Order: sequence, then C-alpha cells, then structure tokens
Amino acid sequence: MSRPTPLRGVHEALGATLTDFAGWLMPLRYGSESAEHNAVRQAAGLFDLSHMGEIFVTGPQAAEALDYALVGYISALEPGRARYTMIVNAEGGVLDDLIVYRLAPEEFMVVANASNYPMVAAELTERAKAFDAVVDDRSDRYALVAVQGPRSQEILATLTDADLGGLKYYAGLPATVAGRPALIARTGYTGEDGFELFVEGADAEPLWAALTEAGEPYGLRPAGLSARDTLRLEAGMPLYGNELSAALTPFDAGLGRVVRFDKPGDFVGRAALEPLKDVPPSRRLVGLVATGRRVPRHGYPVVDAGGAVVGEVTSGAPSQSLGRPIAMAYVDDGPTEGLAVDIRGSHEPVEVVDLPFYRRNK
Amino acid sequence: MSSIPEELNYTKEHEWIAGVDDGLTLTVGITAYAAEALGDVVYVQVPEVGASIAAGDAVGEVESTKSVSDIYAPVAGEIVEVNAAVVDDPSLVNSDPYGEGWLFRVRLEGDADDLLSAQEYAALTSGES
Repeated sequence: MSRPTPLRGVHEALGATLTDFAGWLMPLRYGSESAEHNAVRQAAGLFDLSHMGEIFVTGPQAAEALDYALVGYISALEPGRARYTMIVNAEGGVLDDLIVYRLAPEEFMVVANASNYPMVAAELTERAKAFDAVVDDRSDRYALVAVQGPRSQEILATLTDADLGGLKYYAGLPATVAGRPALIARTGYTGEDGFELFVEGADAEPLWAALTEAGEPYGLRPAGLSARDTLRLEAGMPLYGNELSAALTPFDAGLGRVVRFDKPGDFVGRAALEPLKDVPPSRRLVGLVATGRRVPRHGYPVVDAGGAVVGEVTSGAPSQSLGRPIAMAYVDDGPTEGLAVDIRGSHEPVEVVDLPFYRRNK
Repeated sequence: MSSIPEELNYTKEHEWIAGVDDGLTLTVGITAYAAEALGDVVYVQVPEVGASIAAGDAVGEVESTKSVSDIYAPVAGEIVEVNAAVVDDPSLVNSDPYGEGWLFRVRLEGDADDLLSAQEYAALTSGES
C-alpha cells in the first residue's frame, strides 16, 4: 500500500494519474505531461515533492559531524546557504545524493531522496555518534511544494514579503508564505529558476491552493513526476537509482567535484576515494541524442559501429526542448562516432553530446 | 471513465476494431483507455502495407514519454493501408483515438470471432482501473 502525501486529496480532485514511487502514492501527471513540461520551461509548474526526506542535524558539533558523514565541506557553508553533496559508504560508493541547508550556525537540514532517506537518517545517526550533535528525521512532519519556471519569482512574490530578489541560487530563507511559516529555498531539479517550500504537512493544502490561485495569471500549472523526470534529464541532473548507485563513486558519475579532500579531518569514504581523484575513469557519463524517433530507455545497451556493447543507458525520454529523444548513458572510453542504442533489437544511431542538453537563458 | 463506443469491437490488448460487421476490411486503433494509460504518445510504428499478419503477432509499437507498448494484430489478414498522419503526429492517438488516431487497415482472412464487445471491454477495463 503506497503512502499518500498531505496533498493526495488535491491530486485526486485535479484528476491526476497517481503512481507508486518509492513507496509513495505520487501524481505522475495531471493531464498531458508534455504540456506540464513546457509550462515549467515557459511559465511555471507546481510540484508536490513531499516524498523527499528532511533530516535535521543540530548541536555545537553539527557541522563537524556532517563534515565526517558526507563528502562535502559542510562546515564551510555560510548560514542561509545550501550545497549539493553526497553520502558514500566506506568503499566510496554513493548511498544518496543530498542537498544540505545550513539554517543556523548549529542547525542543518539534509534533504534526501524518498527511496533512501530512512537509510540516510540511520547512517547519519551512526556517523554522528562521536560528535555533540543530534540527528532527527522530520520527514513525516514536513511537506515540500516546489514552484519551478521563469515566472516562479513573480508568482511567489504575491504571497510573501520575503526578499526573493536577494535570495541566491542554493540559498534558503525562513519566511511566511500565504500566512504560513515556510522555508523558502531557491533550489530545484528542473533546470529552471524556482523555489522549494518546506512547510508543516497541515499547511501544504492551503499553500498549494494559494499558489494555484496566485499562479493562474502567469500560466502556472500542476506538474507531475513524469514532467519532473524529463525536465531533470534535459538539465543533465542525475537521478539516484539511474545515474547514481552504491556501485559507483562520485568520480565514476563525473561528479568528483563534490568530494572535498581539502576539508579538515577524516570523512567516511576518504581513504577509498583519495587514490581515485586523479585517475580517469574507464567509463564516462555522456549525453545521447537519437537520430530517429524511438526512445533509448533505462537499461538499453549502447553499441559501437561493430555492434559490440560499449555502455548502457541510465535514463532516456523524448525531449520537448530538443524535439528528439535524449538519454544519459555510461559509455566506455573510446571513439564516440558511430554509436547506437540497441532499442529492442534494432541499432538506432545516436550522437554523443555534452551535458546538459538544455540550459536556460539567464 | 474513458469512452468505449458501442459499435466497435475490442481486444484484451486495448485495441479497437471497426468494420467487423462488413467482414472485409477492418480498421484498428488503440482505445481511449490505453491512450490515457500511456500518456502523451510520441512515436507510433505501424506495419508495412502488404504485410501478412497472424492474430496475436506484434505488428507495431506505441511509445509514450514513460513507456513503450507493442501493438498486436487482432485478426489475421493483409495490411492494406496505414495511417501516415498518425506516424507524423503521434499525438492524434491521444486527441482522437477512435478517429484520426487510427493505426492501420487489414483485409480480414478467416474470422474475427475472438474479439470483445463494447460491454465486455468495459467490464475488462473497470476491473483494471
């Protein structure tokens, strides 16, 4: 039985197609997922992301505990700022990718993926034991609503006095939105400007209603997980379980920059990762654009001109922004000309491109 | 509840078939129920004109943002016409599944006895949703 979010009634009233995602009953789409995707690129979209986990780490040594537990340099983070980071195992394998917000000098919020947060909370608790810090999983208490797209700031500004113009990308600000306390974060997973609003579960429905009304003149529409996936894919953003797994290190995923060897002290994974930092990986995460119209999908083999398997697709979808199917894939080092994806037995040509596929105009 | 026109026949694989009463050339498409379940259709592959098909053969595919499904031949026969418009604009499957979104026409060889009536198909899909 999938777990509903506090917004389940809203999704049902909107006629959403609901789906199980990581044990949660989530809106897959409300109508046309292509229209939802395009709304986020051109105007704004409203997302229920209440399945994400919020784990708080507080105390005099909270920063040191996170420096030890995660690969990032968390103690260097200014209060009010956020960082994309990862938690790895002792072998350097990625257990989850995270965003850490420093809410106050001794208070951090770690946002983890729905499929992983109970494990992340348990790992953080274990890793923080030697520190004067408390780990508290508050995922059940908080809902997360995101407004993403170029009109997001105008829409949100009608509901809050907070200084949105002064809020930088990857920063967070406690504020009041539609009369309710919210943490406003300028973060997202779409490749657009936008905000993520962390609120108490009971405030999610009134907040959603207020945003829907405020966004109407700007073309805001509710958007489901299907649009979220195609948006993040176009933006070249990894999804845990597709591009990231415990079998891969951050270096394997081309995200070695998140591992901060320059921070003081030991951290879980340092010994395993340090020797890898200057070694070029034998496989690389690349972007693929299909020449034809059939879509390369998760798990499909990538083959070279001779038909030998040289890689595997991790995510693929039709791209609204490019008008052609796109995919991310791990591909062996070697010539990139003449590659194809084995789509159910037929080798469909693909072009290897740099990520991301889509970059917004700033 | 998606529409299930009375005058058509259906398969368990969510195809509709028109023209069974004439017994000559049948038109095949996918149902509104299937189109809604798939989401936005982005690619349609239809069989070649002249191809000889047996009932149950995979003769094409319908691909949406999130998934891909085979199209099965509902009857045995020869493909006499395919819908070039739906190949060019696969969204016709979503916007007009029983009309402009038709997929192919087949000249029936043998019978079409195993097809479902509208009532039977309605019972099938109400059990699935």
